[in-house]
Amino acid sequence: MTAENKISKVQELVYEIRVGDVMKKNVITVGPQDRMSEFGKILREKRISGTPVVDQGRLMGVISIDDFIRWLAERQEDCPVERKMTKNVRTLYADEPAVQAVNKFDQLGFGRFVVIDRRDEKLVGIITKGDIIEGLLKKLEVDYYDEQTNHRTIQSFFDDVLADKAALFFQYSVTGHDFNKAGETASRIKTTLKRLGIAPQIVRRVAIATYEAEMNLIIYTEGGEIRVRVEPHKILVRVEDSGPGIPDIEKALQPGYSTAPEWVRELGFGAGMGLQNIRKCTSKMGLMSVVGKGTQLRMNISLDDGVASETN
Amino acid sequence: MGSQVKLTELVRGLKLSVRSADGDLEREVTGGYASDLLSDVLANSEPGNLWITLQIHKNIVAVASMKDLAGIILVNGREPEQDTIEKAEAENIAIMVTEMPTFELVGRLYGLGITGTK
Repeated sequence: MTAENKISKVQELVYEIRVGDVMKKNVITVGPQDRMSEFGKILREKRISGTPVVDQGRLMGVISIDDFIRWLAERQEDCPVERKMTKNVRTLYADEPAVQAVNKFDQLGFGRFVVIDRRDEKLVGIITKGDIIEGLLKKLEVDYYDEQTNHRTIQSFFDDVLADKAALFFQYSVTGHDFNKAGETASRIKTTLKRLGIAPQIVRRVAIATYEAEMNLIIYTEGGEIRVRVEPHKILVRVEDSGPGIPDIEKALQPGYSTAPEWVRELGFGAGMGLQNIRKCTSKMGLMSVVGKGTQLRMNISLDDGVASETN
Repeated sequence: MGSQVKLTELVRGLKLSVRSADGDLEREVTGGYASDLLSDVLANSEPGNLWITLQIHKNIVAVASMKDLAGIILVNGREPEQDTIEKAEAENIAIMVTEMPTFELVGRLYGLGITGTK
């Protein structure tokens, strides 16, 4: 990233980030009937320079350390803060872009603004220039990280490989009946494909399909292997186990057909929709099975038609 | 779709108790999906949806993460299992609980501007 496009990135973000995203939410407040002496105690204990004055969520005014010092200097009797507070408070709405706040800070020379909700005018937070800068820096860091990791895409890797055929291959072992680890393989595959810079909608399809396949291995078999092969234009997934096999593949492919035991269904699995989901998420799917020997499921997810044909 | 309701507003409005990822409630909710079948949720929910279920085991987190859901609300006062909470913290998935049954909760959610996906 060059200095120039970093500046434009900040400009973009200042419009994108909203006041509500960066403001401080846990605001210390006082009620209009609270006494000045109590307010003084809050200033000392919380080490703050002022608080909003709030009555049943509604902003009545703001009272600051300046008001407190003035009250002390005048040696007046203790009184409710509402008599010493500033009443016409300039506020910001939580849904305004941060750039609006920056402009108002400049125009009015205030150090902070009270933030209210647009719909009910209730106090939701407080914002300083520091909060905006902090918010921008955090966002920049996240975006920068995303750009960095996305930079190293599998496509550029394939471009570098001089070969008639190139592929990236990875393999996972799934233990049967281990519900504690259920979903872990699909989750690892998802993370891996994301890191390789594959489009999010393709990643989601592969993740769902492998999740369903992984669940099948866990529910019905003693375990098996999931092999993922990433090629320049498609992702191939092969799921293999060594039994018990599916007696009637036609039936197994029917939506709602399930042989899952009751306790598995109570967990929300085994609804007879898994293979349907896999079919929906893949460009091509093939299922072969021999009873007593094992099952092999092959799926093919095209990297080219993914955007157009996404169903999920 | 197009609603601008955030999880925080729902937590406040429906007095939900948050069980995980309570620092991450600024997410906007795109709609809702209610189901107790995981495959059904995988097939038919949309990214950013709020998921209403009574399942409490940790695979709900895997499903929510897989579909990039905004959060999960557990109904009927059901509490997530400990490893569900741990996984949800790790994956930054917000889990909320309510005493309400599904029907009541969905009705209230509609009232707050959360609609179905279709």
